[in-house]
Amino acid sequence: MSDIADRVKKIVVEHLGVEEDKVTENASFIDDLGADSLDTVELVMAFEEEFGIEIPDDAAETIQTFGDAVKFISQAS
Amino acid sequence: MFDLTGKCALVTGASGGIGGAIAKALHDAGATVGLSGTRVEPLEALAAELGERAHVLPCNLSDAEAVDALPKLAIAAMGGLDILVNNAGITRDQIFMRMSDDEWQSVLDVNLTSAMRLCRGVMRPMMKARWGRIINISSIVGATGNPGQVNYAAAKAGMVGMTKSIAYEVASRGITANAVAPGFIATAMTEKLTDDQKEKINAQIPAARMGTPEEIAAAVLYLASPEAGYVTGTTLHVNGGMAML
Repeated sequence: MSDIADRVKKIVVEHLGVEEDKVTENASFIDDLGADSLDTVELVMAFEEEFGIEIPDDAAETIQTFGDAVKFISQAS
Repeated sequence: MFDLTGKCALVTGASGGIGGAIAKALHDAGATVGLSGTRVEPLEALAAELGERAHVLPCNLSDAEAVDALPKLAIAAMGGLDILVNNAGITRDQIFMRMSDDEWQSVLDVNLTSAMRLCRGVMRPMMKARWGRIINISSIVGATGNPGQVNYAAAKAGMVGMTKSIAYEVASRGITANAVAPGFIATAMTEKLTDDQKEKINAQIPAARMGTPEEIAAAVLYLASPEAGYVTGTTLHVNGGMAML
């Protein structure tokens, strides 16, 4: 797994308090990992900080799964 | 009693009587304060009076871009932003039948929309800090209505609904949002009233006197304090019993 995916996974595990093996490619933050809408905003904020990037609101809305996040951040950073 | 040492507070309308008293009360409790308003001179006079931990942050609240930029400026000046007090307000009283779109819109823009923009602007730092205090200064008029103040009353009632909804959304993050609704408060504005007018007003107030800016500031100080962490989404009416809500 790429370095980016590891770092994203660490943030998700820490923030949502879920088991690491639950954070799979297609795991939806809200449907599978128990996030509420505010959690997803905070996840995006944490990604921005960790990777030193800016994720605009319209892009943030497309990040719904762990895979989406890794893909977006890989392209942005 | 309430200790705000290490906290940073932004107060809008700090050049006015109530805003100035709020800034002083928060500063006295140990907070660093950002004094915002349109008139720079009174802000600088207040900052000079307060001494250290006071920053002047002029802002025209009818300028959307300037309002959006204010939280960032405040954070740059103070090093953080833990407490937001939306106190600034204007009136453009007019009998409703004659109220122009401009009279309506300018009051809504300054009193409600700018407060919304500032609340939105402080969400991110407060969410990160897992601590925040939003205190919106509404008015008794927002709850009771007042002839000639359709625009003002709508904006002040709007603030209450906004405050409650924000309180819902962020309560789990250690952020509280509350409103303070002053009744008649003795300020430069009410000093212009004649003795006869003042008597008539006082006759409607069970406490038989107008409130002081310090009495509003004390309510704000409480809501800003760590002790008020379980109080959110409420409106604290400070009106001498004029309306018991």
